[in-house]
Amino acid sequence: MTTPAQTSPRAIELIGINKRFGPVHANKDINLSVGQGSIHGIIGENGAGKSTLMSIIYGFYQADSGEMRIKGQPITVKDSQAAISAGIGMVHQHFMLVENFTVLENIILGAEGGAVLAGAIGKARNDLKHLEEEYQLDVDPDAIIEDLPVGLQQRVEILKALYRGADILILDEPTGVLTPAEADHLFRILEQLKAQGKTIILITHKLREIMAITDTVSVMRRGEMVATVTTAQTSLAELAELMVGRSVLLNVEKTPATPGDVLLEVEDLTVRDERGVMMVDNVSLNVRAGEIVGIAGVAGNGQSELLEAISGIFPALSGRVLLKGVPIHVTGGADPALLREKGMAHVPEDRHHMGLVLPFEQNENAILGYQVRKPYVNGPFLDLAAMREDANEKIKKYDIRPPNCRLKTANFSGGNQQKIVLAREMEQDPDVLIIGQPTRGVDIGAIEFIHKRIIEMRDAGKAILLVSVELDEIRSLADRVLVMFAGRVVGECAPDTPEGEIGMLMAGIERSEAAE
Amino acid sequence: MEDFLIKLPLLLDSMIRLSVPLLFAALAGLFSERSGIFDISLEGKMLGAAFAAAAAAAVMDSALAGLLAGILVSVALALVHGFASISQRGNQIVSGVAINFVALGLTVLLGQAWFSQGGRTPQLSPDGRFGELTLPFATQLADVPFLGVLYEGIISGHNILVYVAFLMVPLSWWVLFRTRFGLRLRAVGENPAAVDTAGVSVVWLRYRAVIVCGVLCGFAGAYLSIAQASGFTKDMTAGRGFIALAALIFAKWKPVPVMMACLLFGLLQAIPIQYPQISLPGIGIVPGQVMQALPYVLTVVLLAGFIGKATPPKAGGVPYVKER
Repeated sequence: MTTPAQTSPRAIELIGINKRFGPVHANKDINLSVGQGSIHGIIGENGAGKSTLMSIIYGFYQADSGEMRIKGQPITVKDSQAAISAGIGMVHQHFMLVENFTVLENIILGAEGGAVLAGAIGKARNDLKHLEEEYQLDVDPDAIIEDLPVGLQQRVEILKALYRGADILILDEPTGVLTPAEADHLFRILEQLKAQGKTIILITHKLREIMAITDTVSVMRRGEMVATVTTAQTSLAELAELMVGRSVLLNVEKTPATPGDVLLEVEDLTVRDERGVMMVDNVSLNVRAGEIVGIAGVAGNGQSELLEAISGIFPALSGRVLLKGVPIHVTGGADPALLREKGMAHVPEDRHHMGLVLPFEQNENAILGYQVRKPYVNGPFLDLAAMREDANEKIKKYDIRPPNCRLKTANFSGGNQQKIVLAREMEQDPDVLIIGQPTRGVDIGAIEFIHKRIIEMRDAGKAILLVSVELDEIRSLADRVLVMFAGRVVGECAPDTPEGEIGMLMAGIERSEAAE
Repeated sequence: MEDFLIKLPLLLDSMIRLSVPLLFAALAGLFSERSGIFDISLEGKMLGAAFAAAAAAAVMDSALAGLLAGILVSVALALVHGFASISQRGNQIVSGVAINFVALGLTVLLGQAWFSQGGRTPQLSPDGRFGELTLPFATQLADVPFLGVLYEGIISGHNILVYVAFLMVPLSWWVLFRTRFGLRLRAVGENPAAVDTAGVSVVWLRYRAVIVCGVLCGFAGAYLSIAQASGFTKDMTAGRGFIALAALIFAKWKPVPVMMACLLFGLLQAIPIQYPQISLPGIGIVPGQVMQALPYVLTVVLLAGFIGKATPPKAGGVPYVKER
């Protein structure tokens, strides 16, 4: 691995940036140096700390410690105003536009240049015309934002930054909402900006974009900057490996699987999200009793949507799902309560939004979704004593700390919250268990315990479908590994397949391509 | 029918007088709500201002002092609402309700303590009130058919605050749509994050909007107690703050439609005053109480069915918190 030459003048430098949100160390000792007039990529998975870092640069948050330099000069960015005056512009992932304003009004907002608009608007119209010509960014200045397609809205965001005289442009996941054609256009615009001497920082988790457009690239993982390399001297596979990480392979003792009958069968499942973007493209798979099927992939390649469609949270467009040979309605969105009754349990990927009601007491969350079952109900009433007794049993069995079933769930640590969800779903003795990100944000000790429990479930003859962005986790737990890329299952391999090979599949490189 | 025509100028004259407090209050609400702060305490601020204006005017024997006192009290109440909903990020409806109750109770309590007239303030002398102005040439032109009547009977002969109220309409429009302050204010009501990332303080902007709201409510209250009437009586706003809010929604948060809506509600209030006995074919004489209830009934009907989709400012009612 090479570190890019530091000869060209530096547009922006970060030295030892730290940021904590409560117990979460979102940015750990980050160092970053970006050359003037270059396109620098920052990749990392969701939650790696990229957006936090950019928010610090743009003055949205203050770093706890560390130094920032613009063109060699140390500066403190105490708010966005200071960042703007330092020549930093940002295109946020969620556009910061006023939807019922015109393009022009959005561009001048905050930079009106006078108390009365009349003069400012005329000047802005003129300046905008120059900017549009210079960078080939055509937008009708009088169009209302909400009438524009997202590609154009993004162009307005870029113009907004340029109008304020930005020299350094940060784009946070700019292609997430764009069609491939719009993304190509964006890249042409970025090339144009670079040619004019602007410095561009591109944040993404899409490796191909990094390879296509950046000069240098930094990789973030779990709040740390793990590497900075010259794009021309790296490869998709190397980046994929850096991004997913090669943390200590946790030793999970397990015997070879003894698969039984097929309990979960997915046939030609297709899911489009709210925007109509194809997220799951014709996926078929099956899971047998007594085996763990792991789905590997870089976050955002359709794994989440696959889980949501199978568990009945989000309706699929077409396809079938059979649970123990019986079809369940997935195209209209299956009823999660019915699925539970039929023996499918689901540990959702995002425990805060889907798995738990944080202000509830632990014992309430411990039965959520099963609250209509005995022994938790007694006629129309909840049987509080039974609930607490049950919760205390789970606390003991899963070593949930602190051992207090009356404590608000929000006050448990991430690992213990995850154990609450796992205990709830596993203790109902389901036949099919769907697990998303079982150990995200969970400490090492809890990871080991959770992994052991998952293996125990398998050995008890359950069919387990496991999705994780941690490749190590998939490799150590799964009996079969499926790799998803761009909504499709692009390959199936044994868990002992070398990491690099799986990494290639995750990056969307066909096996034949990789062999070249 | 003849009777109707004779009384028509009087009806329109009443309409204007009655729509003025609604107009001040609705414009006040316009500034607050366009900035994303919902304000159901227009009523309370008006009532507080009406009392303060009447009390100050009575003590100092000056209408201007009364007006200033009214504005002062109203702005103070607006700042309470601002502190609760901007700085403390509290629930804007709860804060508004609280202000309404405080104003309702405190005005009577202080009125009784200070003036011992059962919660009323003393009858004002002519100096303590805003008197009626006769516009130039009104008397001379009175005999000109139609235009003369319009000028002398309807446009002329109001107190200064009436003219101020109607001048506030184009002024509000200009401020909201043609100045930097207005642009930012409308933006902060739609997407405060956009304002924040543009380097403008969301908090200070919203405070300024709330202060403007307070000033205009001060005018509304002062008009009631020291221009239209000559003294404060208990609960003299009688729900006008809420009707103003209805007018604001009916007008979809736009200044000129706000004026139209206020004139409409003013007209509805004027009808039972000028035509206390209306006979309809087949029904006979309509009881006066029905006519008096009409503005309130129509408020409900209009809001429920006739305005189509009223889209409030998108960030309205939501305290701004930087997302994690």
